[in-house]
Amino acid sequence: MPTSTRRQHILSVLVEDKPGVLARVSSLFARRGYNIHSLAVAPTDDERFSRITAVVDVEKAPLEQIVKQLDKLVNVVQIDELAPGDAVERELLLVTVEAPPETRGQVIELIGVFEGRVVGVGFDEITLVLEGHPQKLDDFAELIANYGVVALQRTGRVALPRIERRSPELSAVADAS
Amino acid sequence: MKTNGGSALIKSLELEGVDVIFGLPGGAILPVYDPIIDSPIRHILVRHEQGAGHMAEGYAHVTGRPGVAMVTSGPAATNIVTPLADAYMDSVPLVVITGQVASKAIGTDAFQEVDTVGITRSVTKHNELVTRAEDIPRAIREAFHIATTGRPGPVLVDIPKDIVDPTNPASALDWYWPETVDMPGYNPRMEGDPDLVRAAAELIGTARRPVIYAGGGILKARGAEALTALAELLDLPVVTTLMARGAIPDDHPLCLGMPGMHGNYTAVTAMQESDLLIALGSRFDDRVTGKLDGFAPDAKIIHVDIDPAELGKVRRPDVAITGDARLVIEELIVALKELGAPGNQPDRSEWRSTVSGWQEKHPISYEQSEPGELLKPQYVLEQLRDNTPDDTIVASGVGQHQMWTSQYWKFNHPYTWVNSGGLGTMGFAVPAAIGAKVGRPDKMVWAVDGDGCFQMTAQELVTAAAERIPVKIAILNNAYLGMVRQWQEMFYEERYSEVYLSPDLPDYKMWAEAMGCVGMRVESPEEVLPAIEKANSIDDRPVVIDFRTDAREKVFPMVPSGRTNSEIVIGPGES
Ligand SMILES: Cc1ncc(C[n+]2csc(CCOP(=O)(O)OP(=O)(O)O)c2C)c(N)n1
Repeated sequence: MPTSTRRQHILSVLVEDKPGVLARVSSLFARRGYNIHSLAVAPTDDERFSRITAVVDVEKAPLEQIVKQLDKLVNVVQIDELAPGDAVERELLLVTVEAPPETRGQVIELIGVFEGRVVGVGFDEITLVLEGHPQKLDDFAELIANYGVVALQRTGRVALPRIERRSPELSAVADAS
Repeated sequence: MKTNGGSALIKSLELEGVDVIFGLPGGAILPVYDPIIDSPIRHILVRHEQGAGHMAEGYAHVTGRPGVAMVTSGPAATNIVTPLADAYMDSVPLVVITGQVASKAIGTDAFQEVDTVGITRSVTKHNELVTRAEDIPRAIREAFHIATTGRPGPVLVDIPKDIVDPTNPASALDWYWPETVDMPGYNPRMEGDPDLVRAAAELIGTARRPVIYAGGGILKARGAEALTALAELLDLPVVTTLMARGAIPDDHPLCLGMPGMHGNYTAVTAMQESDLLIALGSRFDDRVTGKLDGFAPDAKIIHVDIDPAELGKVRRPDVAITGDARLVIEELIVALKELGAPGNQPDRSEWRSTVSGWQEKHPISYEQSEPGELLKPQYVLEQLRDNTPDDTIVASGVGQHQMWTSQYWKFNHPYTWVNSGGLGTMGFAVPAAIGAKVGRPDKMVWAVDGDGCFQMTAQELVTAAAERIPVKIAILNNAYLGMVRQWQEMFYEERYSEVYLSPDLPDYKMWAEAMGCVGMRVESPEEVLPAIEKANSIDDRPVVIDFRTDAREKVFPMVPSGRTNSEIVIGPGES
């Protein structure tokens, strides 16, 4: 199943690192019947805060209401809605696949093509890790499924706003031309 | 100074200026009840925790200060969920303290353990399970700050027994009082954006048929005077929602009264026909808008609310201003004057005469009872209204009696109407009236209740009798769950399923007397006034009057559910 469809929005939510915060945030979606497509939560460089990256399947109008309701939560410090084009997105995928001697070479070749790595090898199975844009992970997951997946786990997306590529001087030059 | 969690908790409440706590003790909260004996704070021992919550709400409604309730863990915490939800819906500032089983027992299904913060998460503005004694003063300070600032609401603090129990080392702390609160995610915005305020003022200057749509937020912001000043500056008609009754005096010529499902014809139709709705602290509740598609189709919207999430939640505003209703109204008045108001306003004489035409043609009315028939509930209300002090505080339950009270009472003073609008909680009136009387002992407090509602929380009259809180209760006893009966009559072909209660079971007079109140029964119109006068004269105990009223009476006007406000049904008494 592709991860990036039109209705998906990425919310990057800075929250106080306190018990119950994740439950508050997720229950806001749950009580309105909306699904959270992927969720990643971890501490930030500031020990007071954690960042939640939530990819949600919601139309624009209810999303605006959800963002405002999220903003009302006392422990929510800041919310950024990232348009996929304006964000750097990454995800990690771990997969254990069947890899008997006949197909092992192909599996290793495939992970090489995707610039992933082998992180575990058994007699008939092999574990791979792949980091990258969620779309790339989707593509890989589709191909690797042909070999017989034993277990697959993705972390959910993390995202940050993309940095403005041009320096101020450069953009002034560009505007003048 | 070395102290323990229980004493620190009570001391924190004292420092927050709490003068009364409504509550009921139990195992998990026992260590906190012990220091109450030595505290100047008055504690009122309720008979059911739901009562404690509604009393705290009634207190908050009339004083503007946060109400405080304290109960134990488990079933006590679940009993207070309804008042929390009620306060959440109506933005009532409340601080509720619940006991919790000892830290080590949390999560073991210990005796009287429930996940209180989990259960109440979606019906509180905020809640917190405090895990360390040293956090107690901070948690209480934050709870009051959150409950009373921005959009007010209920805050719950859940406290495990071990951290308040002086015999437990975990309860030891060095006393401190945080002078400031540190909540990086919480900064309600009070002042309106000047550009938007000016845009609102300009938009008003173009409107020919404007209406001010005043909601409960006006009262929460203590903005009643500002509202009247704004209306008077421009001669604008004002509708007051159920939650805003009294925000502008009912006898003010600009006051149109209540809109909505059971609003009066003029208030409903003026909104419907307006070209500009100035929504102040109102939330476009479905009971007000009727079917949304057809609501005020020609109206532009100015929406002012302290809660940005309200702006655009239901209807997209043309000018949306986040801010405190009182402050923004004051800013708006300045901006209007700067633009030249009232001189620069368009001619609205036609609109004014249309509105007053509706008022003349469609007053709220009912048909008097024939001799020998049961009392008309509206008649009882008129008599109550006309024979009590002008600033009487009125609480109501939920149902027909609630709508009649809002329709027939004259609210000429703000903060005199105590009501459950958002959740519609049966059983609200009796405890809320008690809390209101505790908050304003100088004022007369009447509750108008239904016989169905009364049976849900009547036992709190025992509390009132024991504490000498002289509230007065008028039961409009129609022997039915009247509002439900009305819907069954109108929309279910008179199939009266499970709505008959009986007028005599229980015997309300005897019940009242058994609870330490004065009990009376009134069956005919001549008895109404003497009973009210007798009740007014009693000041040392609660009074209950069982008014036997006509069950056939319905609340009109009515906008049937799912219809637009243009399809308002007026009563048989109206032309
Ligand atoms: C706790 C609760 N349960 C059920 C309802 C649904 N309900 C709304 S009005 C009503 C009837 C109220 O009857 P009564 O108190 O006798 O007042 P009346 O309508 O007759 O004036 C009911 C059952 C409610 N609002 N609250």
